[in-house]
Amino acid sequence: MTTADVLPGAGSGPPPDGDTVIDVRDLRMRYRGQDVLKGVDFTARRGEVVVLLGPNGAGKTTTIEILEGFRVRSAGDVTVLDTDPARGNERWRARLGIVLQSWRDHGKWRVRELLAHLGSYYAPYSTPLVRRPWDVDELLAAVGLTGHADKRVGTLSGGQRRRLDVAVGIVGRPELLFLDEPTAGLDPEARSEFHSLVRGLADENTTVLLTTHDLAEAERLADRILILAGGRIVADGSARELSRRASAEATVRWTRDGRPFEETTAEPTRFVRRLFEEHGEAIGGLEVRRASLEDTYLTMVRELEAGGAVGERAAHSFRGEAR
Amino acid sequence: MSPVWYAARTGVRRGLTELRQTFTTGQDVFGYVLWTVLLMVPLFLVRDDPLKGAGISAGAFMLPSMVGMTLAFTGMMTTAQLLATEREDGTLLRAKAVPHGMVGHLVGKIVMVSGTALVSMALPFAVGVFLVDGVARQGGGALLTLVWVVPLGLLATLPIGAVIGSLVDSPRTIGLLMLPVMGLVVISGIYFPLSKLPEWLQTIGQVFPVYWLGLGLRAALLPGEAVAAEVGASWRHLETAGVLGAWAVAGLLLAPSVLRRMARRESGATMAERRRKAMQRVG
Repeated sequence: MTTADVLPGAGSGPPPDGDTVIDVRDLRMRYRGQDVLKGVDFTARRGEVVVLLGPNGAGKTTTIEILEGFRVRSAGDVTVLDTDPARGNERWRARLGIVLQSWRDHGKWRVRELLAHLGSYYAPYSTPLVRRPWDVDELLAAVGLTGHADKRVGTLSGGQRRRLDVAVGIVGRPELLFLDEPTAGLDPEARSEFHSLVRGLADENTTVLLTTHDLAEAERLADRILILAGGRIVADGSARELSRRASAEATVRWTRDGRPFEETTAEPTRFVRRLFEEHGEAIGGLEVRRASLEDTYLTMVRELEAGGAVGERAAHSFRGEAR
Repeated sequence: MSPVWYAARTGVRRGLTELRQTFTTGQDVFGYVLWTVLLMVPLFLVRDDPLKGAGISAGAFMLPSMVGMTLAFTGMMTTAQLLATEREDGTLLRAKAVPHGMVGHLVGKIVMVSGTALVSMALPFAVGVFLVDGVARQGGGALLTLVWVVPLGLLATLPIGAVIGSLVDSPRTIGLLMLPVMGLVVISGIYFPLSKLPEWLQTIGQVFPVYWLGLGLRAALLPGEAVAAEVGASWRHLETAGVLGAWAVAGLLLAPSVLRRMARRESGATMAERRRKAMQRVG
């Protein structure tokens, strides 16, 4: 899927009055007597792909829905595309794309019919710079549904349905796209195509905020990863930064004369240099492995869940480093 | 053109698309046919029984009454059913996510339900006129009554349906509502003249739009002398317009705020919660 050539000018909205698309400060949400969000802070810049990770019930969906203007927050300052989402009008809404976790709506509609219909709501918001809505045939090609354009939505498979959800989310050529678990139920090939699509959108300056449980996906897609746990953002940085922060040590594996060795060290570069100085040609199969995002994530979440005060402290120390 | 008007026009197209879909979906078509059959069975059984003092058969009395009842049913129950279903399956949330999508959705629903109502009325009528004598033979002036009774009936019933659909928590609640609605039909003079009921039941029946829609349709489709079977031996056009108009005004005053409140509360989280519950029922 070559998204670059089917995405002329997608998302390149009016000249930004700043580079910040999302700005969240001390966001709090109290729901049914429980503090779901206890002071969330983060920002997202134009064209950035930000992935929001966190255990189930951490408040990822709540956070996204507050940003979408679907829920009213309890406290805090939130700005999305220079607007408070609680007061966003329809012109503001036209600049957002939302991919919902749907299941069986519009079952009688045909795929092309539905995209054309939902797209037509965006026509009054078309500008010379951003032509809205997205041409249906181009959009179908971009999400890989060309062959299913005339099928009824109700007859689509789970994966095809998810592609359609994504298509509905971007039909208005949004400047900011929210994706709540977009790849749940997609097979590896569709997943990979979806990743290219998202990267393509980001290259065209669309800002993307997505949630996922797939850490490999987060690592591949994210310019920046946020980990939401215990009602706060406990980590904020690129996958590599997070890994480095979680564990300073790396694992070095090698073989010498065919026998395998393994060593954990805080200074892998120096260690490897010494290894070659000592053994030279005898060394083979060298492998240096930093903690993966998965290791990092599990470490952080486990420490937080391990208990109140310790966890809270851990959260602050991670944050401190992240900033 | 302002974006709101544009969305409304998109909504009209949405309604027409949904009409085409419903009339090409086997399950839906079966529903329309079944409804017609259910109405035709009693009509067939009493088609020749004379209605005392009115110069028409019981069948002739029932046919226009049932067409009026169909209008009330579709306006209220179909609207409520669709709204409740579309809240549960996420259609409304999608509408909320596109600019002025709710305007389009609402306009679309009005077009869709109105079209469905007209077809649901036309089917039993088209079959019924061949079964009973003396219906729709007086033409002209009487038929003009249809021109105001039908739109007014839609105006009176659709907003009520929208309010019901916004207030219930699931489409299955609508099924439970069918019981009291059946009771309402009994006291609305659909299958036999209202004058056969005790006076206090007559009074209750005349509060609701079902009776007045039945009366309006009878006024339009029955010969003049059939008026003898009616309350006060009069078609009571003024009262018909008054009561239906009152329901329309009340519904149109109430529906927007109820709909807005319902729409405001729709979010992915509430939908996920309903989905979880619905799945539990299935599983």
